[in-house]
Amino acid sequence: MSSMNSVGRPTAPVQTNDYVHPTLTGARGLLQDEALIFERDGWNKTGVDLPEATRPADDLDGLLRTAPIGLPGLSEPEVMRHYVRLSQKNHAIDLALYPLGSCTMKHNPRLNEKAARMAGFADLHPLQPQSTVQGALELIDRLAHWLKTLTGMPAVAMTPKAGAHGELCGLLAIKAAHEAHGQGHRKTVLCPTSAHGTNPATAAFVGYSVVEIAQTADGRVDLADLASKLNDQVAAIMVTNPNTCGLFERDVIEIARLTHAAGAYFYCDGANFNAIVGRVRPGDLGVDAMHINLHKTFSTPHGGGGPGAGPVVLSAALAPFAPAPWVVHDGTHYRLVEDQTGATAQAFGRMSAFHGQMGMFVRAYAYMRSHGADGLRQVAEDAVLNANYIKACLSDVMSPAFPDGPCMHEALFDDSWLEGTGVTTLDFAKAMIDEGFHPMTMYFPLVVHGAMLIEPTETESKQELDRFISALRALAGAAHDLKTGVGQIDRFKGAPFHAPLRRLDETLAARKPRLRWRPETIPPLAAE
Amino acid sequence: MRYLPLTPDDRVQMLGEIGVDSIDALFVDVPAAARREGFVDLPHVAGELEVERELAGLAARNVAAGSVPFFCGAGAYRHHVPASVDHLIQRSEFLTSYTPYQPEIAQGTLQVLFEFQTQVAALTGMEVANASLYDGSTACAEAVMMAKRVTKRNRAVLSGGVHPHYVRTTQTLAHAEGMEVDALTAAVDAEDAVIAAIDAGTACVVVQTPNVFGTATDVTKIAAAAQAAGALLIVVTTEAVSFGLLKSPGEMGADIVVAEGQSIGNALNFGGPYVGLFACREKLVRQAPGRLCGETVDADGRRGFVLTLSTREQHIRRDKATSNICTNSGLCALAFSIHMSLLGEVGLRRLAALNHQTARQLKTALEGVPGVEILTPRFFNEFAVKLGKPAADVVEALAAKGVLGGVPYSRLDPGAGLDDVLLVAATETVTEGDIAAFKAALTEVMA
Repeated sequence: MSSMNSVGRPTAPVQTNDYVHPTLTGARGLLQDEALIFERDGWNKTGVDLPEATRPADDLDGLLRTAPIGLPGLSEPEVMRHYVRLSQKNHAIDLALYPLGSCTMKHNPRLNEKAARMAGFADLHPLQPQSTVQGALELIDRLAHWLKTLTGMPAVAMTPKAGAHGELCGLLAIKAAHEAHGQGHRKTVLCPTSAHGTNPATAAFVGYSVVEIAQTADGRVDLADLASKLNDQVAAIMVTNPNTCGLFERDVIEIARLTHAAGAYFYCDGANFNAIVGRVRPGDLGVDAMHINLHKTFSTPHGGGGPGAGPVVLSAALAPFAPAPWVVHDGTHYRLVEDQTGATAQAFGRMSAFHGQMGMFVRAYAYMRSHGADGLRQVAEDAVLNANYIKACLSDVMSPAFPDGPCMHEALFDDSWLEGTGVTTLDFAKAMIDEGFHPMTMYFPLVVHGAMLIEPTETESKQELDRFISALRALAGAAHDLKTGVGQIDRFKGAPFHAPLRRLDETLAARKPRLRWRPETIPPLAAE
Repeated sequence: MRYLPLTPDDRVQMLGEIGVDSIDALFVDVPAAARREGFVDLPHVAGELEVERELAGLAARNVAAGSVPFFCGAGAYRHHVPASVDHLIQRSEFLTSYTPYQPEIAQGTLQVLFEFQTQVAALTGMEVANASLYDGSTACAEAVMMAKRVTKRNRAVLSGGVHPHYVRTTQTLAHAEGMEVDALTAAVDAEDAVIAAIDAGTACVVVQTPNVFGTATDVTKIAAAAQAAGALLIVVTTEAVSFGLLKSPGEMGADIVVAEGQSIGNALNFGGPYVGLFACREKLVRQAPGRLCGETVDADGRRGFVLTLSTREQHIRRDKATSNICTNSGLCALAFSIHMSLLGEVGLRRLAALNHQTARQLKTALEGVPGVEILTPRFFNEFAVKLGKPAADVVEALAAKGVLGGVPYSRLDPGAGLDDVLLVAATETVTEGDIAAFKAALTEVMA
């Protein structure tokens, strides 16, 4: 498989010797074997120079800590090395395509980071007098304006801290609206089988029972099934659009009509808004509430698992129930309404302590302003183009779950093409790691057997897409060869071989949970 | 557009490969009635310079905490964060990676989470901790819901010292879950009052120390009372630096500890993103919300880390999950962990002692201001004062004099009838000059 570059030099190693000569230290070249901070000699050190207090805390008798805490400290150079070494064991968008379907791993512009760190944003206390934070409140208001305009919705609740928190906010608004209209008996939420796990989890969390809606053969909500399950006990439907199969719900307007006719609300999971931003406004589809993952559509960094931000746009019917606080403009000043008072107060409560993920608001606003209305429309178009390009270029070697018609921003494959190879979706994903790519989303959505959901996003060049496609075609070829007895299945079953670690034993981790370092569980370090 | 790598030629070529002649052909599934031609009514593409200028303009219209004598707390604290922390969290491999679902290529994030969990467990004096939640307030609400699952009881008692926003956040979620919340009347030093409110239906007692008025409390007696009644004791802390000086909640008998971790490693950020710390007894961990990282081995027997016990979580259990949470506060937890690794026990204890000492200096200064009465008997780095006039007005008047002089209690809880109470905090960032300026300004405002 080794190829030559334009000057005739090999571009890949002819053979790998990693396991022929294991190293003596556990390190592998640039990849260091890094101990835990607790396994270093840092018990009496600190990397922060602070003076000792000159006065004893003699006013806190009996409240003072006496037992040791058990925290090591390290000097600054040691800390730098520790975290830089650890960082090198992570895949990242800045390293290569990161095609996790539904997660939208797009480029994170660094201007956004710079702006969020301006002292006038980062060094503001949430409870400073409002006269001293007029610029911050205006930024929230401008971001809200962009979100409302892009979605065609009249209101937005800015405070939810992540997508799932946004779902919670949306359902709480729906619950409050039903209660206000004497419909508090409605306790059912309808979700398609393909829904994100957060949808049924959120519905259950607010005390609703979940009924699944069937899916048609072409990957959409089954309208007849939906109609048969809508009744006066249904509080809401939760539908992702574009859905988790990467398809636009063609009947979405009819879905909304049927839902409203039954007296229920339409919650749209906006995780995939990036596919339609600038081209389709959810408000035109009959949506009542939709969260927007600022860390997906609007590029705020995923940070290894958060923080996210999940503002929720709301229809006129739900707007009065939005949680506190919110920003208003009285013509001259911005004001934060922090507490609902008076007889007309309908806000359902409060999502968290302060005003939402301001650091993420600044980043998302910088992203939106940079793109503008024209750039955002191009974002959706390129995201959809890239996904369809991948689908077109892989369909002869892998099996698309829904071959007919275009997909939106992600291409879904099933595992039928692996039949007879002995290779599973998991094996294939792990082999991708060896080829330098993060695997796609696996085994989700649940409605497709052995699902592989590929979302390239709009921030990939054609060259990187082609590199990814040729890697996947080569791997698929190696899998197909197994059917005729050519090649070794260990390339898949044993993968990854070239990652910082081989496959990890997740069963052991769950059976005997070891959730923290404890001195007695780790053998003492060898003497120098 | 600088973030979009495709060229017009690329697009034409790719459409050809797909077998369609225009981008519109890929959007055919959108109902005609919802297709929008042209652009939405918003400004168009802007260069980096232009956007940076606009944002700098907005930022300049705020008073940065570091630019004035600054004494606000009430759940968010301004501390010095070493430069290396912010540098490290901006490394691409941390900043631009996703949830560590593929552990073989996410050991960086996973080892950090394992170290973070160990640090949080040590600080709180608990057996285990999770990989973080959104913030302290949502962690508090999640802990109350967890107590309901553990005890199968339906009533929570919240002390009058719990931060009003935490109370409100908990009430919001509890209402949805059909859980009863008994939030006791706000009082500076009334933690023991929860004991009388515990009954056979009580799932948990929630007590904050230091509380919203700054009062530090030994909750040992409350722990005993809760345990005797079969209820869990949830201890809340909004100032994580206090763990360096005060007896840990674990030592005092807490079952669950939730805290706001912003103080360590994270900027004020106008309220978010922050990082919720969540720790509990090991026997309760299967009912805990959020992600957990655990140790295991790889196929070659090398130590590694994975997300574990995920059968609690929404992506496996769906409507039977312990929580709908599908994220943690990863980057903020990383910042917390790096700052904590720099401080170590030695540094944290010094930092905590300095905070306490500075707050005492502030107390001494404010005691000398006519009309000011110190309310908080025992505090860490924050205390309440009674002013005899609306604290909100005093704070505005102080701001006009260039001093951010604390948080009026009425801002947190307008209906409590404590309009003349002001919460003031002093961290290691406060200088003697700041205290003198505050005292002088307050003296003028009170006159």
